[in-house]
Formats: sequence, structure tokens, C-alpha cells
Amino acid sequence: MVNPNVQGKKYPATNPYLVGREKIREFAHAVKSTNPINLDVFAAQAAGYNDVVAPPTFAVVIQERSLATVLGDPEADIDFSRVVHGDQRFIHARPIVAGDELVSVLEVASVKTLGAHSMVTFETKIFAEGDELVCTAISTLVVRGGE
Amino acid sequence: MTHINIASLEVGQVIGTTEFLLTRDSLVRYAGASGDFNPIHYRDDFAQSVGLDGVLAHGMLTMGAAVQVAVDWVGDAGKVIDYGVRFTKPVFVDAQDGAVLVVTGKIGEIDAENGEVRIDLTATFNETAVLGKAQARVRL
Repeated sequence: MVNPNVQGKKYPATNPYLVGREKIREFAHAVKSTNPINLDVFAAQAAGYNDVVAPPTFAVVIQERSLATVLGDPEADIDFSRVVHGDQRFIHARPIVAGDELVSVLEVASVKTLGAHSMVTFETKIFAEGDELVCTAISTLVVRGGE
Repeated sequence: MTHINIASLEVGQVIGTTEFLLTRDSLVRYAGASGDFNPIHYRDDFAQSVGLDGVLAHGMLTMGAAVQVAVDWVGDAGKVIDYGVRFTKPVFVDAQDGAVLVVTGKIGEIDAENGEVRIDLTATFNETAVLGKAQARVRL
């Protein structure tokens, strides 16, 4: 059972994550992207970007760094072995591009209890240097109750 | 700029269908690329020990592959400005044969004023929908 009192709790910013060009390519291949904007620097620059652009779901890598903090927080009491991903959304103010240095700040948006199960929604704001909001990632995890 | 003329689009129009073959190799590759090393995505014994029928694909892999239909249509991954899904069913990935994910995108809404289009995606495995309310907002 997730502690309902963590609703509204904010977690401190993660250490900066430097988005690498090869990491973007690796992630793009993993999600079966063939889009040149993800893979080819010249194609990305011709489209007006500084470098290759991350796929639309790449922000999950940054979100995970914040989530790891919550899952390690004894107050939240989330049993990771019982977690199922319920839903996920990424709202981009702009795309993530190689060279970005990103930090994320997570807030527990809601904790709902349904019988033995809990549903926890996290809102993770991802910022580039200069506090520029790049992406808001919203994730709901379902934590199954014990037997 | 894209090659798409927003005035020529109609709600309900199919923008594309793609079949993605997800194999165990795909899952290992996604695990490495994303950092999600939950063993339910590569170890049958572990998956079964937590009550699953077998190894299943990362929901985020299904989500990430599905949006490629919208990316390929608009031609620029940076133009997907808002993308959300619900994970409704697991995709079990057979060790030998893998799993075939069939993704179709349709125009769900046209916002000509802002030059934006909502793409509604359906993703099926064994003819069962595995994502719910999968919607990608694309800026043309």
C-alpha cells in the first residue's frame, strides 16, 4: 500500500543528464525509428535543429531518474516488484536534442487507493539549462496489493 | 515545414499502418537503451515467478514503436509535441517467434488554426488492442 500522505510531495532535482548523440541513436534504433531527424546530424540541421532530435518517448530516460528517487523513498513505501505501468504521457515544449543537459523535478500528483491496489500519478518536469521547461512527463503506476 | 497540406486532411483518414516485429533481441536492445532492466522483459523463469505467462515487452517499447507511424507520416520526430497512451494489455514475446505489433494511425482531430493534428493510434497484438487512448499531437 502506497502512503497516501506523499500526495503533493516534491522531490529535489536530479543530477544533470547530458544527452549524447549516440544515446539518441541507440534509443531511436531500440524503438524502431528510421526517421533521419533522430539519426542523421545533417538531416536534423537541415530541419533547423542543432543536432539529432530524440524520439518522442526518450524523456522516459530522464523521468526514470526521478522515479528511482521516489522508489527509494521509505516514506512513499512503493514496492517496485508489484508495480505495473498504467499510463504515460509526454508534453513537449520543444524536442530534446543532443547536447541538452537536463534535470528533472518530480511531484507526486495523486495517490488513489482502489481496494488493495494503489494508483500513483507522477508529474515530472524536465528542464534544460537556464530553467527552460522542455517536457512534462506524466506517469501513472499501479501498485498491486499484497496477497 | 512539412509536405503535408492541413487543408487536404480529413478526420478518420488513415495515415499509415506498420507492422513491428518485437523479438527477445528487441527487448534486450530496449532494456539497454532505456535503462529499464526489469527481468520480466528478458527472463522467462522470473516472469513466471511473478505470475506472468512469460516474458513481455516493455510498455514503453510498445509506446515508442507505435508513435513511429505518426513520426514517419510527419517526417520529423521533433514535431510530436504531446503523446500519451494507456497500457491495457501485455505483449508476450515468444522466444523463437517474437511478437508482431500492428500499428495504425488515423487523423483524430484537425486544428487548422494552430497547424496541429491529433493522430489516434491503434496497436494490436494477436488482434487484441494493447494500448488505449493512444494519441499523438503533431505540429505540421
